[in-house]
Amino acid sequence: MSSAFPPGKSMPTSSTAEAAGVHEFVAARDYTALALTLGLIGALLCATFVPAYLRFVLELALANGLVAMGLMVLMRAGLVSFGQGLYFCIGGYTAALAGTALGVRDVFALLAMGAAVCALVGFLCGLLIARYREIFFAMLTLAFTMVLYGLLVNNERLGSTDGYNVLPARFFASELSPDKFQLALFVLTCALVYVVALGLDRYLRSPMGYLGEAIRENELRVEYLGASVRRLVLIKYVIAGALAGLGGVLTALAVGHVDPDLANWTTSGEFLFMALLGGIEHVGAPLLGAIILGVVRSYALEYVPYLWQMMLGATMLAIIVFLPDGLWSIMKRRQKVGKTVGI
Amino acid sequence: MTQSVLETSGLRKSFAGILALDGVSVAIGEGELVGIIGANGAGKTTFVNVVTGYVKPDAGAIRFMGREISRLSPREITRLGVARSFQIPQLFLELSVLDNALIALAVAAGYERVFLRPLKRPQALEQARALLARFKLDRYADYRCATLPQGARKLLDIAMATGGHPKLVLLDEPTSGVSKDEKFALMDTLLAPLAQSGAGVMFVEHDMEIVERYAHRVIAFHEGRVLADGEPKSVLADDKVRAFVTGTPANARTRDERRFDAIA
Repeated sequence: MSSAFPPGKSMPTSSTAEAAGVHEFVAARDYTALALTLGLIGALLCATFVPAYLRFVLELALANGLVAMGLMVLMRAGLVSFGQGLYFCIGGYTAALAGTALGVRDVFALLAMGAAVCALVGFLCGLLIARYREIFFAMLTLAFTMVLYGLLVNNERLGSTDGYNVLPARFFASELSPDKFQLALFVLTCALVYVVALGLDRYLRSPMGYLGEAIRENELRVEYLGASVRRLVLIKYVIAGALAGLGGVLTALAVGHVDPDLANWTTSGEFLFMALLGGIEHVGAPLLGAIILGVVRSYALEYVPYLWQMMLGATMLAIIVFLPDGLWSIMKRRQKVGKTVGI
Repeated sequence: MTQSVLETSGLRKSFAGILALDGVSVAIGEGELVGIIGANGAGKTTFVNVVTGYVKPDAGAIRFMGREISRLSPREITRLGVARSFQIPQLFLELSVLDNALIALAVAAGYERVFLRPLKRPQALEQARALLARFKLDRYADYRCATLPQGARKLLDIAMATGGHPKLVLLDEPTSGVSKDEKFALMDTLLAPLAQSGAGVMFVEHDMEIVERYAHRVIAFHEGRVLADGEPKSVLADDKVRAFVTGTPANARTRDERRFDAIA
């Protein structure tokens, strides 16, 4: 065995390899479900103790977190979308229009419709976008969202730049008072984020999900193993779109209003910022990024309204320079076992 | 020869007017071990690329197990049971060696559509380790691919390609970039599991020592044509092969022979 690779500078010693090796995966415990459950309980406790405005901030942050989690699925495959605002906006407008035009008021029906419409649009746009990579992928996603932005701005019937009001949704056919509605929506948002995070975590560990890492590393090899890269990317794009749609519906219902800014490129940029801030190593990371951004922004806008943009820029700078894998990597760093050898 | 696994007839391919393949007709039998030799630009790699669907031929037919495959994509051809390795190993460099094997086996088993069951099940991990062990890579299992030495990268590339029990394996210069004293060990390591699987193997090789030692049969390419095809000894002794491929013209003498002439 050793004859194949005579000892040299680049060869690791087999004893450390074996010692570090076999037990690693077996021993590695996964606390994802536990952490998410604790997070859910924490958020629900929060709802009863913190003031309503903070709960509202958290609710919007979690809705954004859904979009950022979808973005994470793409980023794991090495694909950066600058256009998740497209689906966020479509989700929001779907909720608004389904209420006024179709008379759909049930919150679950609205969520389902938002996700379905976004998945369909994602599939159609994805047929084109999934063929492109890197800057072309990013710019195409941006192009689609700016097209929608332009269409909405120029549409008088949908309120142009003023936007469109969203009718309050019903929970199980019952009309709630505004206070109770916001509380119910918060609980629903928490529950939905919890379920999505668990499902996404499962997906990312599955062969189909994990192939994203493979695509990021080497598409040629994936094709020569016998899997279709384009199909896998398309599925990821549809998942990201549907999640952004859910985030859009929840945001529209919470705010009670939608406007074309949901599709503006700055909105898409914020989702990207959340994913960069938190990281993409774990489903919890983009959620963390979304929550931090949401909470910090709401305070910054109140206390230092003119410094907010500068703070955002400085934070981005610091993250890229010091924590390129996001805040989540602080936790990861402690667990890391020396696996890089031979350098 | 037993029944042909691969049969090409009149394969033709030109790039910008230069013929890379000019009517190549060969047949490979089950379990055969064929060495492909030829000078740079002779059409060896183009042949591998055309057979595996990376490049479409301009004319000619490729039959694999009796089925015409010249219009299929690399993915479809891989699925039918043709595996290939690359001159530059194509790995998932930032992932662990074990993850590379896991992914290869999962796709080979058609699990790329599975999205609820984890990739790293105990059974899958066991199979991936077994695959690595067959290619003597087990001790590298938990290393990041990017840190592997060249010989191990070559082996992993081949291990991943052959995870799906292919009927035909095409190896593009399996020993390139590996030092001379490691070459034989590398060939021994990679050919053992392939021979055991009964797959037909074609390997492109520049090193005539390797060709002589391992190939059951040699096909010599020259300017897109098959110059000679047959027993290694007779092909390597062929005047045209010596002139165009191995670079030792029939009238050339080795230094020892010349010294002997001087003494005599």
